[in-house]
Amino acid sequence: MLGEGILKGLAETAKNFAGSYVSKERLTTVQYPEERVAPIEATRDFPFLVYDGEDAFAGLRCVSCQICEKECPPKCIYIEKSKDKKPDYVGKPQNYPVRFDIDISVCMSCQICVEVCPFEAIKMDTVFELATDDRFGGLLLDREKLSKSNEYYHTIHPTEATEVDARLAEEKAKVEAKAKAAAEAAAAKAAAAPPAEPAVKPEAPKPTGGAE
Amino acid sequence: MIEKADQIFVLLLHWLVGFLPMAWQHVASVVICVAVIVAVYPALFAVAVLMERKGLGRMQNRYGPNRVGPFGVLQPVADGIKSLTKEDIVPRNADAVVHFISPLVLVVAVFMGLAVLPMGRNMVLVEMDASLLFFFAMGASTELSVFMAGWSSRNKYSLLGAMRAVAQMISYEVPLLLSTVGVVMITGSLSLVDIVNAQTRYSWGLAHWNVFKPWGLAGFVMFVIASMAETNRSPFDLPEGESEIIAGYFTEYSGFKFALFFLGEYVGMFGIAGLGTTLFLGGWSSPLAALSWVPSWIWFFAKVELWICFFIWVRGTLPRLRQDQLMNFAWKFLLPMTLVNLLVAAEWRFVEGVWMRWIVGMAIVAGAYVLMGRVGMRRERLGPRSYRYAE
Repeated sequence: MLGEGILKGLAETAKNFAGSYVSKERLTTVQYPEERVAPIEATRDFPFLVYDGEDAFAGLRCVSCQICEKECPPKCIYIEKSKDKKPDYVGKPQNYPVRFDIDISVCMSCQICVEVCPFEAIKMDTVFELATDDRFGGLLLDREKLSKSNEYYHTIHPTEATEVDARLAEEKAKVEAKAKAAAEAAAAKAAAAPPAEPAVKPEAPKPTGGAE
Repeated sequence: MIEKADQIFVLLLHWLVGFLPMAWQHVASVVICVAVIVAVYPALFAVAVLMERKGLGRMQNRYGPNRVGPFGVLQPVADGIKSLTKEDIVPRNADAVVHFISPLVLVVAVFMGLAVLPMGRNMVLVEMDASLLFFFAMGASTELSVFMAGWSSRNKYSLLGAMRAVAQMISYEVPLLLSTVGVVMITGSLSLVDIVNAQTRYSWGLAHWNVFKPWGLAGFVMFVIASMAETNRSPFDLPEGESEIIAGYFTEYSGFKFALFFLGEYVGMFGIAGLGTTLFLGGWSSPLAALSWVPSWIWFFAKVELWICFFIWVRGTLPRLRQDQLMNFAWKFLLPMTLVNLLVAAEWRFVEGVWMRWIVGMAIVAGAYVLMGRVGMRRERLGPRSYRYAE
């Protein structure tokens, strides 16, 4: 009969209307500023720089190799290499970034910088409330703003951060063992022949695949 | 006391006008009435917009606006300020004069229609003998403003929207008018005041509203459908069709001109709801004799608000029609049904015996409904179409 479907539809919307006042399950809206959904672990938006320990500058993993700057598809990273060197996590002197800027108004969150970084120094962040009234300065993050501790990395991506830590520890142990062996060999050599040769330099950490 | 509450606005007007010299009293009372109408209906418009947004939200299991003020009740104020502060853009190629006056033409036309509606006992701005005709004349002139808006914008979407609007409004004006003819035939008057007075009789405590009669019920249903199409309400919102032609005829309007179109649309809705209330739901009269102590103007506005609520409910339920469905429905179903309804009204007037005319009337209406539904609205099986391009 003509009009039957319309009546059924009207009943359905009436049920929804009345039901939304009675049952809370119907209203699935999360009222954002007051309520939030728990973040998903794989969330990512913009990159940040990881540092170990307490001091953001001393513990910065970045050695300013500029691979990320070259690989970045929209070219939103700008790095200025230092003239002097500071020791990295294994104690080897390395360059560090004097300036490290990421323009997040250009960044497209592709994660390529994270993939190419051989030093586990750049990772993806999860903060999304980056609205600012300063259109240029407010969206250009410098080294100070980008540096975040390894503990923070653990809180946002626990699984990934644990893997990275294990990889770095393994690397460090390998380097230390090699240095120890070299030192022992040098000591033995020095004991055997008085004109000593310079000690073997510890190898640089091998490039790793980055975040899987 | 009850009498005073019922006539409070009329008494207030007489008291106010009493301060003026005799020669100015008539003019002053008209000016005051117009000012009140022009103030009250936009206020109702704000309430209706809020109701619509909250109600539609609830029908879709959302909260609706709830940020501005407690429970979002100040949302219309925020909307108004926003539309006032927006830039008023006129396209470079637009016909600037027509573009400027078309929202004004719409608003003026819809407010003119309100002049003849009896909004309470003795509460009618202009008492004229052919007020029904006047209302329809004013209602028809909204088509002009819609087409002016679409044409002057120099935009294909606007023009498409305006074309659709004109086609739809002209098609649905025929059943809209014909569905009211039954009321005129039985009442024997074109005056809306007389039509309401004819309905304020009670037997066994129940009012003699036109909707309680077979021809009135059928006429009422068809009037509701046609009035939705006349006011471009969903599911007949093809002229706006935001998913197809952006906003139709007011695509190129921004700022307060857009707000005027919006206002015009809603006030037109109040007007047509008020007319339907007057014709079929007894205007300002109460449904039960026991409830006639409630002031008449409360009844009128309560019925109009209920009507608007129904419009919102339908908007939350039905998807937009296709153009061919729209035209089929108007010409193959509504028009024949309204013509049959005239027959029912005539039968009601001339058949002897209370029960006899009820049975005959209902039989004709139900039979016609089933028959038209089967034959007129038969679903056509559309095969694959072939197109030949112009060479």
